[in-house]
Amino acid sequence: MADGSAPRRWRDRALVQLTLARYREFYREPEAVFWTFIFPLIMAGALGIAFRSRPPEVVKIGVIERAGSAATIEGLRQSTQIDLRTFQDDSTAARELRTGKVALVVVPEPSGTVEYRFDDTRAEGASARRLADDALQRAAGRTDLVATTDALVREPGSRYIDFLIPGLLGMNLMASSMWGIGFTVVDQRRKKLLKRFVATPMRRLDYLGAFVLSRLSLLAIEVGFLVGMGMLVFGVPFRGSLATLTVVALLGSMAFSGMGLLVAARPKTIEAASGLMNLTMLPMWVLSGVFFSSGNFPDAMQPFIKLLPLTAANDALRATMLEGAGLASLGHELAVLAAWLVITLGLALKIFRWQ
Amino acid sequence: MVSPSSGPALSIRGLVKRYRDVVAVAGLDLEVPRGECFGLLGPNGAGKTTTIEICEGLNEPDEGEVRVLGMTHREQPRAIRAAIGISLQETQLAEKLTVIETLELFHSLYPKRRAVEEVLAAVQLGEKRNARVGGLSGGQKQRLAIACALVGDPELFFLDEPTTGLDPQSRRQLWSLIEQFKAEGRTVIITTHYMDEAEHLCDRVGIVDHGRIIALGTPRELIGLLGTEHVVEFGLEDAATMPADAELTALPGVTAARATDGRRQLDVTLIHEAVPALLALLERRGATLTDLATHSATLEDVFVHLTGRHLRDG
Repeated sequence: MADGSAPRRWRDRALVQLTLARYREFYREPEAVFWTFIFPLIMAGALGIAFRSRPPEVVKIGVIERAGSAATIEGLRQSTQIDLRTFQDDSTAARELRTGKVALVVVPEPSGTVEYRFDDTRAEGASARRLADDALQRAAGRTDLVATTDALVREPGSRYIDFLIPGLLGMNLMASSMWGIGFTVVDQRRKKLLKRFVATPMRRLDYLGAFVLSRLSLLAIEVGFLVGMGMLVFGVPFRGSLATLTVVALLGSMAFSGMGLLVAARPKTIEAASGLMNLTMLPMWVLSGVFFSSGNFPDAMQPFIKLLPLTAANDALRATMLEGAGLASLGHELAVLAAWLVITLGLALKIFRWQ
Repeated sequence: MVSPSSGPALSIRGLVKRYRDVVAVAGLDLEVPRGECFGLLGPNGAGKTTTIEICEGLNEPDEGEVRVLGMTHREQPRAIRAAIGISLQETQLAEKLTVIETLELFHSLYPKRRAVEEVLAAVQLGEKRNARVGGLSGGQKQRLAIACALVGDPELFFLDEPTTGLDPQSRRQLWSLIEQFKAEGRTVIITTHYMDEAEHLCDRVGIVDHGRIIALGTPRELIGLLGTEHVVEFGLEDAATMPADAELTALPGVTAARATDGRRQLDVTLIHEAVPALLALLERRGATLTDLATHSATLEDVFVHLTGRHLRDG
């Protein structure tokens, strides 16, 4: 009757069964699969299109057509980098400049001089002025004193999509670890399932360990999928070693799992947990260099930003994927992630509400 | 079985539990011998669930001592958890898992177990083995919840309101499951506010009110406290025409009268004498009945007798 004496098969161990349950509950939830795998890809696609590498820059420049302007117009047409538009009157030209349709308006004066109208605080304005001036001076017979030639280098690794994919990967690690653990724990607490488990001889370490194990198995798929799609679809380079990527992804995922556990340690409702999740994750989406470099924030903020786990994860992922950095050069990032793991996990275990 | 097979299955002494300004359990004593099916009866909020959760180790007592199978939660928490089975009032098992997956999961948590297939057959869920938990009926879910405890081969089974919200057929199925368990010589402790459930299942019951046991005995003994076998209950259109209790108890065959919710309840030994006499009395006073009902005395009447309230009033 009782089968307690029979040797236990591996499938009959608490840790294995708890992990299987986590895994089954994940893949039987289509929404979870979508947010983890498909959503980041759609996002990468959309942003990749929006910020795709353009053909060599062409600057839109306007010129006022009036008596005596023929030479000026002809001179500007010589440059292949200028997309020239002609205006008949000042007011149209002013409007087009104001709305950014042209970066610069060239006004030929009857005296033979030329006036440039542009906004010098806009990057386009200054470069348009240089291009226009260059074209006009050459057309008027200026010769360059130093002979120059252009050798063009367009390499994968420096495009926006190359910057973006590791950032999305880091963001995905954070979101899926935190939601995957936080949501499930709070949901089980709300449904009194956690209480039911606590009333069995289950080891609490097995319960928490199952989250870690199921996260790791999903992590491999998640990282492989995103990096693979990045390489195949967008031609994002992968210059580092697989081992380094594995270590970074593992440690990152663990650190975010610790945060997820901490956020889920007390709340009794999904709503309360969601609020805490967003409070934790939102600042990092902005600060930690997912969509744009965190270097855009003032220097005074940099030490703080560098200590955020997502910054560390993103920096490490970029260094590995794009620059081929090894573990030795990622000491700071790995230390930050390890510190987050230890601190959040320790706190979470201390304050965890089991019932 | 690891625990010694002598001594009571459960012994509670001077149990007290307070929640801020509410005293949930106010000095409760109880001893349940092995092999007994014991029922804790009482309205919602009487302290039944708090008491049972302290016995399960899910709640800490403020005062008093609880011994489960001779062990305390302080000294041998895991040994107790391995030896007891529980069914909580409102556990929702994971909806995305199947019946067999859920059972295998709970099976893996216990050191000493019963085979999953055997338990599955016992709770008659064999045909539903691959069904998702979310798709089960209320009765099937409750049987699965009980199966999750049975796979641990428990010596002592705590069931907190196991049939609340179930249809009559599901209740019967659950009762036979519990009877089966009891027939194996194991101990059952059940809380309920259904008197018929307690009368049907329990060897002994304790009636709980305001955190204390106010009556303890076999269902027959407790009903015997009433000194009566029948209860007559009636209401009048006009409360002013209600005869005094003294007039009612003076009727032949009536041993006691009391007010409940503006109506009157009479304990009656000889129903064929009492009812005609009551009707005659009411007619003399010009009172009009809104309803009149008689039933054999139940534990519910015992509760009303002891507290002046119905169980459902809380």
